[in-house]
Amino acid sequence: MLKRFIYSREGILSMIVLAMFLAVGTISPNFISVSNSISIFNDTSILIMLALGQMLVILTRCIDLSVAANVAFTGMVVAMVNQYFPTLNMFVLMLLALGIGAFLGAINGLFVWLLKVPSIVITLGTMSIYRGATFLLSDGAWVNSHQMSEAFIGLPRYEILSIPVLAWMAIITIILAFWAMKFSVWGRNFYSAGGNPMAAFYSGVNVGKVQFYAFLVSGTLAGLCGYLWVSRFAVAYVDVANGFELQVIAACVIGGVSIVGGLGTVVGCVIGALFIGVVNNALPIIGVSPFWQMAISGVVIIIAVVANASSDKDKARIILRKPEEPVGSASSQSH
Amino acid sequence: MDTIIKKSATPDVLLTSKRQALFRWESLLILIIVLVCVMNSYLSPYFLDPWNLSDATFNFTEKALIALPMAMLIIAKEIDISVAAIISLSSTLMGLVAQMGAPVYVVACVGILVGAGCGLFNGALVTGFKIPSIVVTIGTMSLFRGISYVLLGDQVVRDYPAGFEFFGQGYVYWVFSFELVLFVFFGLVFYWLLHRTKFGRYTYAIGNNPTASYYSGIKVNKHRLILFTLVGVMSGIASVLLTSRLGSTRPSIATGWELSIITMVVLGGVSILGGSGTIGGVVLAVILMGLVTFGMGLLNIPGIVMTIIVGVMLITVVSLPILITLYKNKSKKAKAL
Repeated sequence: MLKRFIYSREGILSMIVLAMFLAVGTISPNFISVSNSISIFNDTSILIMLALGQMLVILTRCIDLSVAANVAFTGMVVAMVNQYFPTLNMFVLMLLALGIGAFLGAINGLFVWLLKVPSIVITLGTMSIYRGATFLLSDGAWVNSHQMSEAFIGLPRYEILSIPVLAWMAIITIILAFWAMKFSVWGRNFYSAGGNPMAAFYSGVNVGKVQFYAFLVSGTLAGLCGYLWVSRFAVAYVDVANGFELQVIAACVIGGVSIVGGLGTVVGCVIGALFIGVVNNALPIIGVSPFWQMAISGVVIIIAVVANASSDKDKARIILRKPEEPVGSASSQSH
Repeated sequence: MDTIIKKSATPDVLLTSKRQALFRWESLLILIIVLVCVMNSYLSPYFLDPWNLSDATFNFTEKALIALPMAMLIIAKEIDISVAAIISLSSTLMGLVAQMGAPVYVVACVGILVGAGCGLFNGALVTGFKIPSIVVTIGTMSLFRGISYVLLGDQVVRDYPAGFEFFGQGYVYWVFSFELVLFVFFGLVFYWLLHRTKFGRYTYAIGNNPTASYYSGIKVNKHRLILFTLVGVMSGIASVLLTSRLGSTRPSIATGWELSIITMVVLGGVSILGGSGTIGGVVLAVILMGLVTFGMGLLNIPGIVMTIIVGVMLITVVSLPILITLYKNKSKKAKAL
């Protein structure tokens, strides 16, 4: 029984999500209608994209706490550019969002790659720096919907085959990620760098560089989500997505991405995010106060990690040895 | 056994060069503190007023109380991100107990006990299931604060019993507030615990090599459990102080504190990878951050700009020693060639 659970984590997890989804449907049949399903997926799109980026980072034994601050900063820049140059092409604006996000992610990545500074420290620092920079940039002011152009707000809402562009972006990201993590050397390197850095090093993988790529991708996706977030909620302010990084990490953890690195799949990650999305959408329908949301996701995270831990006992032993970082990383960090 | 430990009671790392580096680290902190003091008193005539300085201590004493056990926890290679959520839950339950008309000491005891319970829960999950503490505490962070939201919703609790305000607002003697005295007291206690007891030496041992410590007969899991509980207890105490100082409880109390607490610890020279660091360094870092924040407050710099400066400080402080070693190694290699 336990073995079967280990071998089909994604299967079990998707069944749980589906069961939850249907259970809410018995209370309110509208919940499982096609249009509502699309809207739940649409609601979860940003979380899915950020979680996929975070998954790469966690796979390489790092963590990116700065994603939410990245979302806020990029969102603010894009909104302000749109406010002052409303005629600017949306395509250019998207490129700008991707570029800024990638730049912010690259800063994290460079510190981790070249200086071997623990990622938790760097992203803890950049998290407050990016958020503070958002304040400096906007002077604490909001960019409201009437200051945004129609195209700016309309793009993620534009429907193709009755699915909004926002959801399409998530779908494309999922497909790209699935392909890259399954079939490209570039993607497989994330697993090898995180699963056994020493072995990866001796097989010619530049572990630091792979970590850099992980942060770069995470940052780029965060930049894109910055635009999408601001456009979807039609407002940009300093506290956008405050604390969202924890939900992103939670989605990964629930989806079976192991925090010790090297373990995790795109499918699991997406289902983990959908789990949170379904819970968030279901609570008001079954008449539970939204104040329960946080406690529930806490319980779910804990259950998920306990389940993970009992399924890979061997992994747990590796954690103990983890800080003797191989690959000539600076043991000088200790002083 | 005891005498041997006492003889080699010089803390921290075994290598002399490293000890010297640590020594330099703390003197660097002192230097910066002096610089900040001089700059602040030059920039603002109000800086050197004893009452002003005493007010400034309120900004950091609560966080500092948690930074002390957190330093020990990080030295032992673990981390607790749920501390701010523990403050929230403990404050919430204190509020509910106070609403039922409990007397002052019961309210305070509830706060501390809730903190201890939360810490024990974290520790039990980490040691019982061998889960990395960062994931566990991300989960319990949501859980603890989530329970606060479930219990309070968008309410605010204000009706604390008379006398409760002493913890956060009272003065023991002249400008020395109760909070400050408590901080000094616990600073000494944790100094003693980390640098003068077997428990402290074990903490370093576990941080440097948990497996070796385990095989040397140290009860690693029990030790971790105690450390997590200690962090919980101190969070409970900090919650009593904070709640008493604010005179009210909301579920969103102390949001983001975990980050400034970890920043204090890392700024104090504690390695985030475990195994090294001192209480003295942490105390100095706490004072430094308090002075910087206070000085900027006097200059009317908004709080969020201060967080940028704290962020920059954190990254600089961690990268600088690494950069220097890299540079030294390079010049060594160049010489060898």
